[in-house]
Amino acid sequence: MFWRIEIKLKENIFDALGAGIHRSVLDLGIRTISGVKVIQVYTIDGRISEVQVQTACRELLADHITQDYAYAAYDHAGDKKERSSSPFSATESAFSIETAYNPGVMDPVERSTIKGLRDLGIEPVDAVRTAKKYVLRGTASSKELHIITNKVLLNKLIQHVVQEPCPQKTFAASPAQRSFNLIYVDLIKAGVRQLKKISKDGQLYLNLDEMTVIQKYFRKLKRNPTDCELETIAQTWSEHCYHKTFRGNIRYQYQENGQKKTKVIRNLLKSTIFKATQEINKSWCVSVFHDNAGVIKFDKDSHVCFKVETHNHPSALEPYGGANTGLGGVIRDILGTGLGAKPICSTDVFCFAPPDLPFKDLPAGTLHPKRIMKGVVSGVRDYGNKMGIPTVNGAIVFDKKFVGNPLVYCGNVGLIPKDRVRKKVHPGDLIVVAGGKTGRDGIHGATFSSGELTEQSEVISSGAVQIGDPIEEKKVLDVLLQARDLNLYTAITDCGAGGLSSAVGEMAKELGARVDLEKVPLKYEGLSYMEIWISESQERMVLSVNPKNIQKFLNVFASENVEATVIGAFTGSQRLELFYQGRQVCDLAMGFLHDGIPNLTKEACWTQPRQRSLRIPVTRDLAKKLREVLSHYNVCSKESVVRQYDHEVQGGSVIKPLSGVNADGPSDASVVRPRLDSLKGIAVSNGINPRFGMIDPFWMAASCIDEAVRQIIAVGGDMEKIAILDNFCWGNPDKPDRLGSLVRAAQGCYKTAVGYQVPFISGKDSLYNEYTQGKKSIAIPGTLLISAIGIIEDVTQCVTMDFKKAGNVIYVVGETKDELGGSIFLATLDLIGSTVPRVDTEKGTRIFKALSRAARKGFVRSIHDCSEGGIAVALAEMAFSGGLGVRARLDRLPFYSEEKRDDKLLFSESNSRFIVEVDPDHQKSFERILKDVPFGMMGHVEATEEFVVYGLNGEICMKSSLRDLKESWQSPLRG
Amino acid sequence: MNEQVKVIILRTAGTNCNEETAFAFRSCGAWVDQVHIHKLFNSSVHLKEYHILAIPGGFTYGDDIESGRILANELRLRLGGDIRQFIEDGKLMIGICNGFQVLVKAGLLPGPFSEEERHPSTFSQRATLVNNDSGHYEDRWVYLKVDGKSVWTRGIERMIYIPVAHGEGKFVPRDQDVLAQLQGNGQVAFRYCGPNGEKPEFPQNPNGSVDDIAGITDKTGRILGLMPHPERHFVFTQHPSWTRLDKKQHLGDGAKIFENGVQYVRKNILKTALIPRLLAAGTGKGQ
Repeated sequence: MFWRIEIKLKENIFDALGAGIHRSVLDLGIRTISGVKVIQVYTIDGRISEVQVQTACRELLADHITQDYAYAAYDHAGDKKERSSSPFSATESAFSIETAYNPGVMDPVERSTIKGLRDLGIEPVDAVRTAKKYVLRGTASSKELHIITNKVLLNKLIQHVVQEPCPQKTFAASPAQRSFNLIYVDLIKAGVRQLKKISKDGQLYLNLDEMTVIQKYFRKLKRNPTDCELETIAQTWSEHCYHKTFRGNIRYQYQENGQKKTKVIRNLLKSTIFKATQEINKSWCVSVFHDNAGVIKFDKDSHVCFKVETHNHPSALEPYGGANTGLGGVIRDILGTGLGAKPICSTDVFCFAPPDLPFKDLPAGTLHPKRIMKGVVSGVRDYGNKMGIPTVNGAIVFDKKFVGNPLVYCGNVGLIPKDRVRKKVHPGDLIVVAGGKTGRDGIHGATFSSGELTEQSEVISSGAVQIGDPIEEKKVLDVLLQARDLNLYTAITDCGAGGLSSAVGEMAKELGARVDLEKVPLKYEGLSYMEIWISESQERMVLSVNPKNIQKFLNVFASENVEATVIGAFTGSQRLELFYQGRQVCDLAMGFLHDGIPNLTKEACWTQPRQRSLRIPVTRDLAKKLREVLSHYNVCSKESVVRQYDHEVQGGSVIKPLSGVNADGPSDASVVRPRLDSLKGIAVSNGINPRFGMIDPFWMAASCIDEAVRQIIAVGGDMEKIAILDNFCWGNPDKPDRLGSLVRAAQGCYKTAVGYQVPFISGKDSLYNEYTQGKKSIAIPGTLLISAIGIIEDVTQCVTMDFKKAGNVIYVVGETKDELGGSIFLATLDLIGSTVPRVDTEKGTRIFKALSRAARKGFVRSIHDCSEGGIAVALAEMAFSGGLGVRARLDRLPFYSEEKRDDKLLFSESNSRFIVEVDPDHQKSFERILKDVPFGMMGHVEATEEFVVYGLNGEICMKSSLRDLKESWQSPLRG
Repeated sequence: MNEQVKVIILRTAGTNCNEETAFAFRSCGAWVDQVHIHKLFNSSVHLKEYHILAIPGGFTYGDDIESGRILANELRLRLGGDIRQFIEDGKLMIGICNGFQVLVKAGLLPGPFSEEERHPSTFSQRATLVNNDSGHYEDRWVYLKVDGKSVWTRGIERMIYIPVAHGEGKFVPRDQDVLAQLQGNGQVAFRYCGPNGEKPEFPQNPNGSVDDIAGITDKTGRILGLMPHPERHFVFTQHPSWTRLDKKQHLGDGAKIFENGVQYVRKNILKTALIPRLLAAGTGKGQ
C-alpha cells in the first residue's frame, strides 16, 4: 500500500519559502507569476492503516498550528483507493509543478521520517520518498513555466519533474539487482588506438604513456586486468590523488634579461613550496605535507591543524551539492588528521562570474552565476551550520572568466591533543568503514576532476554529483572523538575522492590489505564490486583497529547509532587483494600501484606580457570614483552571505567577520578562541587576487602571501607564529602557457615565503579548470589562494578595523608606489594595466614586526590593511564601520611615483600597507616604535558625518557623506 | 556531591551547542553532564538525578520534517513520564534555539494554563516556530526586553544584547486566546526590541515573530525557552564590538540567566547558602 500525503501552510500563514522562490522568479524578469506556495509531499510505502496515517499527519508530518494535510491511498498497481481525506481545494489560475530527487540521490529527510514514524509506533514502513510541489499563481506561458522549472525549481542532474503523482513509480525506479559478473578488460593485446579508447571509454583519464606502463605490468603477469584493478590504478594515478603535474618533470622556457632560457624542474612542489618550508625550519611545525592537514603547535596540551580544499567541478554542475560536499570533505580531512582532530572553524572562498552577467553571455551548459552563488552559499551554510562549526572567514571574487568554472575553496581548522598526532597501521589490524552507507554516488569523482568540463559534462558525469548529510557527519564526529580518547584505533583517514580505493590504498601502502567488498554496508542493492570500491559516497571514514579493541570500538559507535563495519584487514603481504563473495576481483602489488606511475615531462613556457605604458585618464570626481570602487563586486559588503553562516557556534568567536559600531564593517582576519577557559586564540585569513596574476603570477603569489599575513598583523597577530597554505586553481596544465604561469606562481610562493619566514604547512591543487564549448575553451585566470593561520597569545589584545574615537590620529604605515596594475580602480575603467604591486619582504617584515609591537603595547585603537581599492577604500571602510568622520591629507604619506597624482596614491594596491588609528596620548610612543619603517600622519577621526580628503596640492580632492559611501558599499549584494 | 547543582545537557544526533552551554553552567558552579538521549532511553542515566534539564541549540535530526519535531516526539512519547515528574518536582528546564523549538513542539511550553489542563494524558502544542520571514537562516545580534517573572530572568532589569542564529524562529501562537494567556500570565520572558527598547523593525525582530516574542516560560516560570543564545554572550570577547567597550567588564549579558538557574536550585532545592557572584569566566583562570 502507498500513502501519498501533502502538507500545506494554512492560508493565513506567510509562506517564506514560497516568497523566496517568487523573488527568484522575478529575478528572471518573469512578471506573470503573482505568488508561490510550497507543498511538501511524502509518499510512504508500508502496510499501515488510515488511522495510523492520520496519526502520522497530526503528530509528525504536519504542525497543526500552521499546516493542513491531505492524503490518499494507492494500491501497488498504482490505482487510487477510496480511503482519502478531502483533497486541498485547487487554487484558481494556478500551475503546480512537482519535483523529486532522482533514484539513488541521498535524501536524509526520508531516513528521519522513517525514524519519526517508528517513534509513533507506526510500522512496518518499507520506504519513504519526499517531493516538493510548487503552486504558482498567475498567467505564465508554458515557455515561462519551462524557464522557471529549469532555472529555479529544478536541477535535472539530481531531480526530475513528477508528471503525474504515481507512487508506484516513485519507488519502482530504484536500481535493480545485478548478478555478479567478473569483468576483465582486454588490455594486454591492445594496440595504441585501443589503449586510448579503453582510457576514454572507461573515463580513466590516463594518458598513453601510463596505459602502456599498465599494459607492460599485466603482460608480465600474463593476464588481463579486471575492471576493478584498472579503476584502482586510474584513481591512484589521477591528477586529483597523485598531483602528477606538481610532482612530475617540467621543461620550463622563460626569458631572463631578454634571453630565452630553458630549465628542467624535477618536482615543482619539492623545489618551491616544500623547499621553502624546509629552509624556514620552524620548530613549531609538527607535521607538514604529510598528513591530511598541516599541524602546528598551539598550547601545552594541543596542536592545531589546517586544511583548505577545492570542490570546483562538482560545484559547477550542482552548486548546492558541490559546495555542501566540498565543506563536508574538508571537515573529514580534519577528522582524519593524526588520530582525529576536532573541527573548530571553517573558512570559505569563492570565485564566480559577476551576478549581473547577461543570460546571453552564458555558454551553453553552464548555470547562471547568480544561481551558482546562491547554491554554493546555501550548500556551505547548511553543512557548516548543521555540523555546528562556525564559518568565520571568507572572500568572494568575481571575474567573467569564472563563468564555466566557478571556484569553491573550503577550509577547516581543527584542534588535536598533542599525543594524538601520530598514526600507524599494524599488520593484523582490522579495516573498519564507519559512518554513511555506500551508494552509487560520486562514481568517478577523482578522475572527473582531472579533466576539463564540457557541454557534455552534465550528462556524462552526473554520477559525480552528490548531496551531503551533515547530521551523519556530526554523529561520526561525536563518536569518533570518544573512541580516539579511549585509544581504540591505530590509524584513520577519510573517504574522499576515490572512495575506499583511495582510503584503503593509502593506509595499506606499506603493508597491503585484504578487503571483502560484500561486507561494505550499502544504501541499496545492486552495486557491482567495482562500484562499491570506487564510490565516493560521503560521510565515511576508514579506520584500523587492533582486533583486541574491536568490540569496544564497535560499541562506542553503536551507542549513538553510527554504523561501523569490519570489511577486511591489513596484511603485510604488500598486495592489494579484493574479494567479492569469495572470488578475487583485484590483486595488485602495492609497489606498482604507488610507485609505478611513469614520470612525465610536461612543457611549460612563460613570457612576460609586453609592458605597454598606459595612459590613465584623469578622473574629475574622485569621490564618485571612490563610490564606484566601493560598489565593485570584489570590494562591496558580503554581509548578506556572512549572516547566513553561523559564525558564532562553539562560542569562541573573538573577531567576527563583521566589525564596528553596528557590526557591519569588513574585518581583516577572524579570531577564535578554541578553549573558552583560555585566552589563547587562532587567527585565520586569506589572500587572493587573480587580477594580479593576469599581469604576472609571480607577483600575484607574493601579493597573496603579503595579504594573508598582513591581515593577521592587522588584528594584532605576530608574524613569528604564522603558517600558510597554498591552493592553486589553474587551467589545463597540458597547455604550456598555463603550466608556465603555474611555475611562475610557485616560484613567487617560494621567494616570498622564505622572505617572510612563514612556512607552508599544507596545500592543494585543482587543475584542468577549463570549459570547452565546441572549439572554444575558456580557462579560469590562474588563481592562487593563500590561507594563513596565526597563533594569538592573548585575544583581549586583538584590534579591529573600525574607527573608535573622534580626535584620534590616523596614520598610513608602508609605502605607496605607482602600482595601479590589476587594481579595482582600473577594473572600473575596464583596464588591467601592467604595474602590478610587488613585495619587498625585507621592508615588509620590519613593518609587520613594528606594528605587532605597537598593537601588543596597546598603542593602537584600530588597524585596517590596504588591499583592493587601496588607501581610499580602507579609510572609507574604517570610517563608516566606526560611524565616525575623517579629515585626511595626502601630502605627508610615503609615496614613490614619477607621476604624483592623487588617484594613484589613493587607489594603488601596493602591498604591506595599513591604516592605523592612534590615541593622541600614545602618539609619541607609537612613532618611536615605527622609527625604522615608512609611515606618514594622515589626519584625524572626527565626530562628523563627513569624509574629507585633501589632495597633494592641499585642495580638497574627495568629499562625501559617510552615508553615501556606506550605501555604495552595502547596496550591490544586499540580497 | 549532594550539595552540588546538577545540570543535564541533553544531546542527540545533530545537537551542537552543548559544549558552550556546559561551559556557561560550569562557570556558574554547577556540575554538568552532557548525556546522549539513548542513555535516558536505556536507563543508564536517570533524569531524576538532576536539577536542571537544558536542551541546547543545534539541528536535532537535521530539523528534517520540521525543526525540533522528532526530538519533541521522543520527549513526549518515550520520556513523558520522567519529564512530567521532573516538572512536578519543581525543577528547572531551559531550551535554547533548537531546544526552544523542541519544548514548544513537545507542548512543554507554554504548558498548561490551568489546573485542569495539568492532566497528564497529553502535552498539547499551543504555539510553534516557523520559517523566518526572510526565508533563510540568519546569524545576528538582537536587543531583548525582559518581561514576566521567571526565575531565569530575575534581576535583569535593563535590556540584554545576545545573538540569534536560526532559520525557523518566527514564534506563532495557536490563536489570540493563547497569546492573551501568555501576556496575561506573564509568560512572555523576552521580546525583541530596538537599541533603545523601542518597538523593533526588521532586522531588530529578526524573524517576524508575533508580538516580537523571543522567549516564553511556562506558567510557573521554571521552564524557559528562547530563540536567542545567552551562552554566546557569556564572556565579553563574544560581544561583536567588544573592542569598542571597557575591557574590565568580564561577563556578557547572557551570563545572568545561567547564574539565576543555578542560584535558584541552590536556594530552593538544595537550600544551601548562595555563593558570591560567579567566577570570572573568560579571564583565563577557568575553573
